[in-house]
Amino acid sequence: MDLSIIFDNIGIYLEGLKTTAWLVSLSLLLGLLLAVPLAVLRTAQAYAIQAPIRAYVYFFRGTPLLVQMFIVYYGFGQFDVIKTSFVWPLFKEAWFCALFTFTLNTGAYTTEILRGAIEATPHGEIEAAKAAGMSRLLMLRRIVLPSAFRRALPQYSNEIIFMLHGSSLASVITLVDITGAARIINSRFYSPYEAFLTAAVFYMALTFMIVFLVKRLEGRWFAHLRPQETSRG
Amino acid sequence: MINLHGYGPSILEGTLLTIAVSLAALALAMLLGIAGALGKLSGSLSMRIAAQTYTTIIRGIPDLVLMLLVFFGGQVLINQLAPLVGYEDYIDINPFIAGVSTIGFIFGAYMTETFRGAILAVPRGQIEAAYAYGMRRGQMFRRILMPQMIRHAIPGFGNNWLVLVKTTALVSIIGLDDMVRKASLAAGATRLPFTFYLVVAFNYLIITSISVYLLRWLETRYSAGVIKA
Repeated sequence: MDLSIIFDNIGIYLEGLKTTAWLVSLSLLLGLLLAVPLAVLRTAQAYAIQAPIRAYVYFFRGTPLLVQMFIVYYGFGQFDVIKTSFVWPLFKEAWFCALFTFTLNTGAYTTEILRGAIEATPHGEIEAAKAAGMSRLLMLRRIVLPSAFRRALPQYSNEIIFMLHGSSLASVITLVDITGAARIINSRFYSPYEAFLTAAVFYMALTFMIVFLVKRLEGRWFAHLRPQETSRG
Repeated sequence: MINLHGYGPSILEGTLLTIAVSLAALALAMLLGIAGALGKLSGSLSMRIAAQTYTTIIRGIPDLVLMLLVFFGGQVLINQLAPLVGYEDYIDINPFIAGVSTIGFIFGAYMTETFRGAILAVPRGQIEAAYAYGMRRGQMFRRILMPQMIRHAIPGFGNNWLVLVKTTALVSIIGLDDMVRKASLAAGATRLPFTFYLVVAFNYLIITSISVYLLRWLETRYSAGVIKA
């Protein structure tokens, strides 16, 4: 093990860390924004509304992220319609293709997580909201979504970690994220242990950080469920 | 029907390889999973720590990084070790072995959690009763624990299997001719990347759909005699 390789080139890893960080956080944010309305619509009665969302979720959860990324990055160029349109300057960029695929991918998983959480809303709460005269939207905003988010949090934290790990695939389409940095170091110095173990340490640190932050958030969101301290008279 | 320009058989070959990698990795993952679960539930502290370290490390590192580490790192390691036992030629690591062992190793950690939960779900009294009848450890495992834990393990096992199949797409990166790589080759030759990757995506959907169907059948079978609330 020659760790001086790593210390001399730590700058590449830090650049990679920056790429991983913005790529993951932006796709998670956009994916969540996409998933909330989709999850609400998915619980709708009408089959015509449900069906396209079901198909979207089924496709993105049933196929590998790598293949989805290849379809977007290599595949979209096959069509002249896309190539001549105004979106092409974006779709020919690797970073945009990665962001686009990751967003749709995490959006599908998050839709499914939120759907489960929304469907688990106790019936009495909805009846109470209706009895209080709330409109559908108001009920959604005040009653259904807040409690659904709370129920979804443990599963969503897993999704965050999966997305972090999945983002390493961005290195396959030339992006220099943490894994990309490791691949550069490996090919430059032929030192696989140093290169990939360093990347592994970065990912582990990020994973533990996410777990810690979610625990704290859980502590806040579930504060009202904690057993209360009773004063002993 | 989609025109595959004569690359149909090649994609099919890749599909078979994908299935082979998946099944081989699954076998390894189940062995590691059983060992890990028994380790986590064992009375010895060092076994528990070893099993805990294994699952924590695996869940903290992306699959791709682990695979590249095994593929490139394993190559260096083998070529450093081989001269020590008197082997002088350069050894190329086989991507099939690298892929299967990495994926098996990763999913062994997930299987550990599944099996641990399943073992814990079998009522303690059943195990005590088995011992009271004078069964040995192995007999108890085979007759009492195993048949009952399978039922509890199937849902988690099924999820792990579906994720595992999709993870095998990564072996194309280390040069194994699975269906993703076959599609890349065909796409390069025909300039039809969208068509070929979409075909591969649907192949994955077919594999997972069949799996879901089989798993449901398995679950019904092993739930025979269980009264649903």
